[in-house]
Amino acid sequence: MKKLVIVTLLGLLPVLSWASSGHTQLDHIDIDLNNKASLQRGFKYFANYCFSCHGAAYSRFSRVGADLGISSDLLKQEFIFTRDEIGKRNKPGALMTVAMPHRYATSSFGTVPPDLSLVVRSRSADWVYTYLRSFYLDASRPLGVNNIVFPNVGMPHVLWELQGWQAKAEHSAAVAETADAHEAAPASSEEGNQVVTHGNGLYLAVPGELSGFEYNAVVYDIVNFMTYLSEPGQQKRKLIGFWVMGFLGIFFILAYLLKKEFWKDVH
Amino acid sequence: MNKLITWIDNRLPVVGVWNDHLAKYYTPKNFNFWYYFGSLALLVLVLQIVTGLFLAMNYKPDAHSAFASVEYIMREVPGGWFIRYMHSTGASAFFIVIYLHMFRALIYGSYKAPRELLWVIGMVIYLALMATAFMGYLLPWGQMSYWGAQVIVNLFGAIPGIGPDLALWIRGDYVVSDATLNRFFALHFFIPALGLPVLVFLHIVALHHVGSNNPDGVEIKKNKDENGVPKDGIPFHPYYTVKDLLGVAGFLLVFFAIVFFKPEMGGYFLEHPNFIPANPLQTPEHIAPVWYFTPFYTVLRAVPDPFLGVVAMGSAILMLFLLPWLDRNPIKSWRYRSALHRFSILFFVVNFLVLGWLGVKPVTPLFAEFGVRATEAYFLFFLVLWIFSKQRSSAFYFIVYALTMGLLVFYDFTRVGSSDPTIVWPALLWPGFYLTMCLLGPVFTKFAQEKPVPERVTSK
Repeated sequence: MKKLVIVTLLGLLPVLSWASSGHTQLDHIDIDLNNKASLQRGFKYFANYCFSCHGAAYSRFSRVGADLGISSDLLKQEFIFTRDEIGKRNKPGALMTVAMPHRYATSSFGTVPPDLSLVVRSRSADWVYTYLRSFYLDASRPLGVNNIVFPNVGMPHVLWELQGWQAKAEHSAAVAETADAHEAAPASSEEGNQVVTHGNGLYLAVPGELSGFEYNAVVYDIVNFMTYLSEPGQQKRKLIGFWVMGFLGIFFILAYLLKKEFWKDVH
Repeated sequence: MNKLITWIDNRLPVVGVWNDHLAKYYTPKNFNFWYYFGSLALLVLVLQIVTGLFLAMNYKPDAHSAFASVEYIMREVPGGWFIRYMHSTGASAFFIVIYLHMFRALIYGSYKAPRELLWVIGMVIYLALMATAFMGYLLPWGQMSYWGAQVIVNLFGAIPGIGPDLALWIRGDYVVSDATLNRFFALHFFIPALGLPVLVFLHIVALHHVGSNNPDGVEIKKNKDENGVPKDGIPFHPYYTVKDLLGVAGFLLVFFAIVFFKPEMGGYFLEHPNFIPANPLQTPEHIAPVWYFTPFYTVLRAVPDPFLGVVAMGSAILMLFLLPWLDRNPIKSWRYRSALHRFSILFFVVNFLVLGWLGVKPVTPLFAEFGVRATEAYFLFFLVLWIFSKQRSSAFYFIVYALTMGLLVFYDFTRVGSSDPTIVWPALLWPGFYLTMCLLGPVFTKFAQEKPVPERVTSK
């Protein structure tokens, strides 16, 4: 019986690799980790919008503060909202664990929201950048939103206040109703001027607090920060790299001259 | 100083070892680029052992904390990211260096008498390296770590009779789990730290006993001067120590460029899904082994029957062990072998790269068919190598050609019902072209002609 299971599993192998989901065109983001202001803003948005459901449990507040030039006091005031097991507010030295208990997350979203420490490394910055701008209204989903990049995702559109609501160009009429229910906003008037916000064929059905341009800038800051978060030491790594390359370059030249000198009597 | 050396030498033969293996070990003077990779392999081995030791000081082989401990090394251990990237890049670098080292042996016939055992020990090192790399890849406990190990251990389960029990014994559980992680960590430390150094020691002892081959495939020991020193030999030290130092400098330039600027190497050295913690309940959409296993993975996938697939994969590696007895041509270096032999080797290299490339790709009907064709070509290389052992009669070439082509076509007819004939038949061109060149070439062209081997090594 077990043999049968294993053989079936083996037979499934090629099938497994078949089952690749449709890949959408991703928008490109130019990451700039030297832009401290952007990283600080990104951290602020991250702490305010992402942290309640997602953790970044491999990082510490204090490390992020030190890297981004945020003082310990400011961290406590503006960035640390999570609490430890006994309900005390976390200290800057704490890991950036998730505020929401897993039990609660599962009952709300059907799944535990993933830790975001490494999502840029597993998915790519372009993916996150496109994902956060690709939510659209979809009445068939439990939370009323879907995502082009991650179909049937359990996550609601957390940044809706900023962006507003997007809809898919093809079923705009159905969407207008959902938008109505959601926002009680006069969505029908929006139908006239459909603006496709990016390559994935979405248009803004209900505007949010920010213009499309401003919203993209917010998402840029978030993804920039998450890229930093995925490997906090990467700037330092590249900086050291240049010195190492320089040293090895000189070493290579010396080794070449040494070899030439020793080998001049070999014919 | 001299007194001290004498004192030591009377108790431990340091001077003798120094002379036998360095100062008076005579090495052919005509080594070229391809001869850097032996010493580089030794360098990478030391690098892996040292970085591995320091990683082990902070790593936790526990299914609950392994992934987090790797991130702890990456983020909080001072210099931890540097050690970890050296180790992960070192794993891939090891295989690059070893594959180039093996290519060198292939083109210059370094596996031929009297170096058969040297080659076989080298192949055992290669196997030990694959086992080490495979078990090491589980340790970060990411999605690819987990599912890659799951797939490979299941291969053992396909062996009739003992298979399921064997797989269970390897895992220590019914699925890859904490027990598996623990034993893989132990073995990943044990094999390279104790097994590999012993094998490498044997490899070097065997090499220094028979002497190094060279790009001309000439035995330099056959031409000695009145002092018993080979006329074409130069002492390893200082000539090749300084030359290898240059090789080390060049290698480190490339190595550290990757470590510092491209440690993931576009997802080939560190696969993207491996940044997601292992989840036994969620299969990744595409499981691909790390690049250095993919040629053999394609061979595995090319055979529909699981057990026969494992047999094919095993034979693909076994064939390499048999090289000294398949290729019986007395001429060692491809410089003096026929043009067709050179073509055959280059085709084999391209085919090996194709196999590797297909192994990282998801299976589509086209890729699957090409996997079959590249697998056929892989094994045909060894047949051609054996045939090229000596000049054969036209009739012999015709008969072997008709037989092998007939077999290929017969196999195609058995499977064309389930595969797309518009893909199957054009793809036959790949092994067909290779066979036609190698088996009809000697009959209709002069490309099978071999050249006389010089008495002494050529300077360039």
